[in-house]
Amino acid sequence: MFKNIAIGQYYPGNSFIHRLDPRTKIVATFAFIVCLFLVRRSGYAAVSLIAALLVLVSRIPAKFVVRGLRPVLYIALLTFLLNAFITPGHPLVRIGPLVMTYEGFCQGVFLVWRLVLLVLITSFLTLTTPPVTLTDGIERLLRPYRRLGVPAHELAMMMTIALRFIPTLLEETEKIMKAQMARGADFESGNIIQKAKNLIPLLVPLFVSAFRRADELAVAMEARCYHGGDSRTRLKELHYSTGDYLVYGFTGLMFAAVLYTRR
Amino acid sequence: MSIAIEDLRHVYNEGTPLEVTALAGINLEIADGEFVGIIGRTGSGKSTLVQHLNGLLLPTHGKVIIDGIDVASKKSDRKSIRQKVGLVFQYPEYQLFEETVFDDVAFGPRNMGLGEEEISRRVRDALAFVNLDFALFKNRSPFELSGGQMRRVAIAGIIAMRPKVLVLDEPTAGLDPRSRGELLAELANMRRELGITVILVSHSMEEVAQVVERVIVMEAGEIALAGSVRKVFEQADLLRGIGLGIPQVAELMFRLRQKGVDVPTGILTVEEANAAILAWQRSKRCV
Repeated sequence: MFKNIAIGQYYPGNSFIHRLDPRTKIVATFAFIVCLFLVRRSGYAAVSLIAALLVLVSRIPAKFVVRGLRPVLYIALLTFLLNAFITPGHPLVRIGPLVMTYEGFCQGVFLVWRLVLLVLITSFLTLTTPPVTLTDGIERLLRPYRRLGVPAHELAMMMTIALRFIPTLLEETEKIMKAQMARGADFESGNIIQKAKNLIPLLVPLFVSAFRRADELAVAMEARCYHGGDSRTRLKELHYSTGDYLVYGFTGLMFAAVLYTRR
Repeated sequence: MSIAIEDLRHVYNEGTPLEVTALAGINLEIADGEFVGIIGRTGSGKSTLVQHLNGLLLPTHGKVIIDGIDVASKKSDRKSIRQKVGLVFQYPEYQLFEETVFDDVAFGPRNMGLGEEEISRRVRDALAFVNLDFALFKNRSPFELSGGQMRRVAIAGIIAMRPKVLVLDEPTAGLDPRSRGELLAELANMRRELGITVILVSHSMEEVAQVVERVIVMEAGEIALAGSVRKVFEQADLLRGIGLGIPQVAELMFRLRQKGVDVPTGILTVEEANAAILAWQRSKRCV
């Protein structure tokens, strides 16, 4: 029942993109997002082509990539309708007092496409990078700023733990739900108030177990003498390879091209 | 209240790279009032199988028929099936949520829409079956009880629904030997007094040998062996190949036979073993 959550859902693979250093992927993703906002409408064909190529190279089935877009479906629809009907210009369709204009239609399509690409590229990052590798990358990227008081290691550790426990909590939720359903609990019917009330048998045990888990984890970490980031070494050091430099080079080129067209 | 399972298959995450076949064609019949043990290693499909018995999981293929009703057919029937087949999950104490023990045990009966008087009677009876004193426990918070007591309360919560089939998934996991023995004795007692079918899922051979009549051994989503307790435990080699042991007494008898000691097969209790060895010694002396 929790199958359609794509964020943080890694799709195992061994493609060129899967093997890239997480830092490269994070930086390139950020650069791509900035480009999305800077590029003119005429450049969108090129940007979309790059996104499509990335998906192709990663060998992730399109089905999985598209599934990550589902959560923004309604936002995209709303964006389109608002823009289509509010932007002034040449009338296209008239529905009662509402007028859809040609300019509005174009603006709507453009913004929805931008939204789709934004979500696609971010969920693409999490699809090709295991969550723990991702936080490793974030930690490394933030490390130079530690002197400015950025708690790089603590942030990364918190993210790792949070990510690590999402599937556990979902599993737990499903288990408790089943256990209560076996006792005749009903999570589906009734009005909103009734439904909220019906969630009590689910939420109380879930909170109890989340706190218990947090407690156990803290004890387990202290038992292993964990004391934060200083002087910690890691099992897998991050290293850049040729592919990473290629991607950095390409990202730089793309950025330069976008800036050039905006002159 | 018979259970019939026909060619049951279940596949998790079908159509993704994480696809796992948990059940690969199970055929099984369980008659009224039987005491059945399902054993198998972790991941052999035991838990998946029992969740089909009350419609929490639906078959990918095949049929589960409870009392003549196909579990997958109608949504409206599923609630009544869940009342007939009570399922106690692994570590059921984690499902407790009410402020008092009474309210928690009453949760199931309340969902059935029973009157307060009937609910009160059922809670009293259910707590008696798991050996918890009604007056002493009814107003306590379930969260301040010991682990073993919490588990008893959780099991009572299912019993209070008066199911005709009681399925327990690893009910003794994490309990000390004494509470384990007590719990198994309570189960056997309950089955005798209420005349219900009990299905006990476990990976412990000793436990299963003590109480059940029929054993179903699962391996990789299939039934590897099924039959009476004595018959199944005679297949020591096969069980060991699957990675399951046999009860210590049966193991001892098996090894004695290997050494040429003439003792009968199918011995499961210390008393029987004692008698058999004595009989063998007497026969030796006579020669």
